[in-house]
Amino acid sequence: MSDLVQFLLAGLALGSVYALICLGFVVIYRATGVINFAQGGLVVLGAFLTHEFAVRQGLPFSLAVVLAVAAVAGIGMALERVVFRPMVGQPTFAMILITLGVLFVLEQASAARWGYDVLLIGDPWGVQTVQIGGATVKVADLWTLGAAGAALAALFALFRFSTLGIAMRAGAADPEAALAHGISPQAIHGLSWAIAGAVATLAGVFLSAGPKGVDLSLSLVAFRAFPAMILGGLDSPEGAVTGGVLIGLIEVLTAAYLVTAVPGVGANFHVVMPYLVMVVILIVRPYGLFGREEVRRA
Amino acid sequence: MRLKLRNTRISTTYAHDLVLWRSWWARSGIALVVAGFAAAPFVLSNYWTTVLVYAGIAAVGTLGLNLLTGFAGQASLGHAFFFGVGAYATVVLTGSAHWPFPLWLIGAAAIGGFIGGCVGPAALRLRGNYLVIVSLGLVIVGQHVFEHWTSVTGGLTGTPVRAAVAVGGLDLTTMSLFGRPLARNQGYFYFTWIVVAVIAFATRNLLRSRPGRALQAIRDRDLAAEVIGVSLVQYKVGAFVVSSAYAACAGAMYASYARYVSPLDFTLFLSIQYIAMMVVGGVGSVAGSILGAVFLTALPRVIESLSASLPFISSTGGGGGITVFSLNQAMFGLLIIVFLLAEPRGLIEIWRRVKRYFLAWPFSY
Repeated sequence: MSDLVQFLLAGLALGSVYALICLGFVVIYRATGVINFAQGGLVVLGAFLTHEFAVRQGLPFSLAVVLAVAAVAGIGMALERVVFRPMVGQPTFAMILITLGVLFVLEQASAARWGYDVLLIGDPWGVQTVQIGGATVKVADLWTLGAAGAALAALFALFRFSTLGIAMRAGAADPEAALAHGISPQAIHGLSWAIAGAVATLAGVFLSAGPKGVDLSLSLVAFRAFPAMILGGLDSPEGAVTGGVLIGLIEVLTAAYLVTAVPGVGANFHVVMPYLVMVVILIVRPYGLFGREEVRRA
Repeated sequence: MRLKLRNTRISTTYAHDLVLWRSWWARSGIALVVAGFAAAPFVLSNYWTTVLVYAGIAAVGTLGLNLLTGFAGQASLGHAFFFGVGAYATVVLTGSAHWPFPLWLIGAAAIGGFIGGCVGPAALRLRGNYLVIVSLGLVIVGQHVFEHWTSVTGGLTGTPVRAAVAVGGLDLTTMSLFGRPLARNQGYFYFTWIVVAVIAFATRNLLRSRPGRALQAIRDRDLAAEVIGVSLVQYKVGAFVVSSAYAACAGAMYASYARYVSPLDFTLFLSIQYIAMMVVGGVGSVAGSILGAVFLTALPRVIESLSASLPFISSTGGGGGITVFSLNQAMFGLLIIVFLLAEPRGLIEIWRRVKRYFLAWPFSY
């Protein structure tokens, strides 16, 4: 029983990180209609920058995270300005292809700077654990849950209560009407990319906290937020969070139980599981749990 | 009815618009290209013949991707997966089943198309680019299957392939031409580029027919296409099936030529390479696909040969410089970005501009 509690908490922690990455996807998708494959690159870059500030420059960890978040948010805005703004009005597939190009450039630029080895990001949690109701829980997981929850709550508050957030929702719902009200689409697109960069960095930090460290394969982990996004519905922030948490739980529970119960599936089966869930969702409920169903004649 | 084409440059009738080779010049241009290819393996070194064989294999895959992305407007990352399916289908068909030459190639393509037809409907019945996410999943699930289905794939260590290219008594890899014996490489060069020619011709023909026009209508405005009676799902899935079959065909050719395949040949980077070839060559152009495939297969080889003299290249990466492998990946990414921003129709558009300039002479503006 305590095993299950332990796995559930680990799954929730992983899921909340996916939720962060997913929310970055959804913010950009709603504002610009682009499925952003470069998000994984931003996650990697954020984690590497945290390593750079905390370990190489010797800054305090919390300051390093703040600096990395700010830096990647700035890089996100710069990408929007230089690469994506000239592409507005081009076909969607071209926009998607260009995000793939950005992903490979970001990854390899990071490799050129930080190499291919696993690097620790200098977090204070390490391998510490605490006992909660008989279950052994990693301190890093608790911090992940707390910080991811706080970041998600802050973002939802931004969308719900601030003028800026409402402007962003208006721009996503009807760009022309928003423009007529004096909302600048450029500002909204830039801000969306900044938010995506910031949450990607947070996700990168928590994914590589403790002994795991960061290397290039982290961007593959970020890809697993795509099934979460389909599960929740491409255009729904609530769906992004729910989908992220569900995929995190499914992944951890698969690794814990299914792989030992069914030995034939192979050791890394939990990596594949989210995509199988995605295909089932697409067949059964193609708009996801929270997505808006398209109205059309049969 | 006999067509009378006075002006061979500008289409004046609808029928003329459909003609495959517009003019005497186009026909002689094709003849020149064919002659050049026939002579190429005797002129080029063994190394560059090999490079061109791989370029031909890449051209087949890129043609498939271009059909799907350039004409139906659906981005896909799945080419690495279908390429792998074709390669392993060849392993099975030639290994335990002992299928002879044209059959294993056609069989591998058919298996790829069949799997595409099974996956396609789940990803393509929605409007929007769901396919790109589903196909990413395909590559990752495929990678897992290739690594763990050891009885077929040999796991991470890979498996040898013995897929001969021989019809009856004629083995393409050991035949002789005009009394001169051909090396294996030269035989494969002809085999590969004949397949490229056949597939390029088939694709061009497909695109000027009813399904081809339907696909372009879907790409340009799916709602309008649906209103005039084009079944979106049917045509998009159809394009995906043909595209998957092309990719599997390329994979089968690769397996036969390389004689050894491992799961590491079919990673996401392969899909990115195909995307870069399509974008650099020309999205929505048959000739552009081939041009992009040749250009981007040759470019890494050129960089490799220069790597000793380039100061920023290191063998380990990190700090001091960038590895050749890294540089290639970054370069493919960068080329996708630069071409989509600066020359979205690719290299082929540059060629067209040059041609237009001289055709309109002396009114070159």
